[in-house]
Amino acid sequence: MAQISEFVSTNLIFIYLIAFTILLGFELISKVPTVLHTPLMSGANAISGVVIIGAIILIRTSDPDDFFTLALGTLGIMLAMINVAGGFAVTDRMLEMFKKKKKA
Amino acid sequence: MYKTLLDIGFMMAAIAFIIGLRRLSAPATARIGNIVAGVGMLLAIAIAIVYPLGNGTSNNYIWIVVGIALGSVIGWIAAKKVQMTAMPEMVSIFNGLGGACAVILGLLEMIKTSADNKAAIGISIFTLLVGAVSFTGSILAYLKLAGKVQDKHVILPGHSYINIVFLIASIGLGIFYVLHPSMPLLIVFSILSLVYGISFVAPIGGADMPVVISLLNSLTGISAATAGFIYGNQIMIVGGILVGASGTILTVLMCNAMNRSLINVIIGGFGSAGSSSASNDEGKIAKEISSYDAAVMMNYSGSVMIVPGYGLAVAQAQKICKEIDDLLSENGVEVNYAIHPVAGRMPGHMNVLLAEADVPYSKLKDLDEANAMLPSTDVVIIVGANDVVNPSALDDPGSPVYGMPVLNVWKAKNVIVLKRSMSPGYAGIQNPLFFYENNRMYFGDAKDSLSKLVTEVKALN
Repeated sequence: MAQISEFVSTNLIFIYLIAFTILLGFELISKVPTVLHTPLMSGANAISGVVIIGAIILIRTSDPDDFFTLALGTLGIMLAMINVAGGFAVTDRMLEMFKKKKKA
Repeated sequence: MYKTLLDIGFMMAAIAFIIGLRRLSAPATARIGNIVAGVGMLLAIAIAIVYPLGNGTSNNYIWIVVGIALGSVIGWIAAKKVQMTAMPEMVSIFNGLGGACAVILGLLEMIKTSADNKAAIGISIFTLLVGAVSFTGSILAYLKLAGKVQDKHVILPGHSYINIVFLIASIGLGIFYVLHPSMPLLIVFSILSLVYGISFVAPIGGADMPVVISLLNSLTGISAATAGFIYGNQIMIVGGILVGASGTILTVLMCNAMNRSLINVIIGGFGSAGSSSASNDEGKIAKEISSYDAAVMMNYSGSVMIVPGYGLAVAQAQKICKEIDDLLSENGVEVNYAIHPVAGRMPGHMNVLLAEADVPYSKLKDLDEANAMLPSTDVVIIVGANDVVNPSALDDPGSPVYGMPVLNVWKAKNVIVLKRSMSPGYAGIQNPLFFYENNRMYFGDAKDSLSKLVTEVKALN
């Protein structure tokens, strides 16, 4: 119990951040027209590629001779970057169609 | 000072994600929203590359540059080349790759972290588990959507119980690993997590796939957030949790659009459940119609409602569909499109395809609008749709689609179904509509059939 209360008090700001972000995420998209479900999912998917930051930090702090970590980390960066670049590009393509429709 | 600026930059990126998601959820601002989020991501990546990590960091920039360059090129080309019809599959693959990155991070961190740091190991193993389920689950979802894997080949009897066993085993083994880390156990755990992902998606029927992809998407977000804890990086935490939370809401919204509960979807069985009612239709014969008769029926009617489905998307028939629309409109026939929320493979999919063919927005009617118009519609043309016009959803509690809102096409005066054969739809259920008195079948590939109709209508004028 003492350990838990110590953990909470030292990480209080983090816990606030998490709680507020979860609530924000719920509230952000509470009302979405069906036509936007797919683009929104795709856009959110691209944002989840933020995991790439972890791979970048991993490689930067890794030993330059540790080829195992470097190779796997680079693979991680590549995969996450496909998610990011492809995700935003595909979302843009979907939304481009909507724009054209508006003009017509 | 320098570091403070970079920290503020990270914060700006997080704000960009929030604004981006907000704008993505309204039609008028969606495109800008996507760009804002994308710029936020670029900013975050740039800062992560230059952020001071203390003295003696080797940086290893060459590896980072290679990874980013390869990933950007592959992602960009894939996104540009993919057919509009294959978008859902693409999103699923992208999502899986993000999950795979989380798996790699979780693995490497567990190898590096000392066995005494229980909190760090716990977080890493959670990241690994969630990332792995998202990874292999998304890949299987892709294979199912692309038609490369059939539901019946991957569903085992009592599959939902198997999944519960997997869940308990993963959590149990994870806790055991935190207490007694060892390399062989790590390998076993990784394999277990990857298999669990496949097993998780396996029993979920084709029609529910969009919901699952959305769910897996929020899992990737959660794994990104927990990976953020490992590195103490706020932008990963914020970005990941945002996707996790909004993805969960989106998943629920999608379930609501199909009038299904999330639990129902996860337990699965949509389309594989008993088709008790199918036998009732045996012996009945669906009536066919010739292309000439169909053309006459449409051309001399007052109003036509086109119901596009996945068959239209697969056959790339949206442009010919628009051609018929133009021909009929010239003759004073009122042409509209009834778009079921899950027409195609994903919500909104059909709108995108029709917009590509320059069908005006005002002609696309949503479920409620269309159902209000159908009783006064002369001819309904169903192009490659099936489950979304299945009357069993309203009157047959034994049907797997029972309860799903459908387009009440049978209320129109005449219905023509363009379909390749009498085989059941994507969900694997027979459709009694085909045997209704006011229904006619026109067999053939959606594109060929529509082309023939175009020729016939032209000949009439």
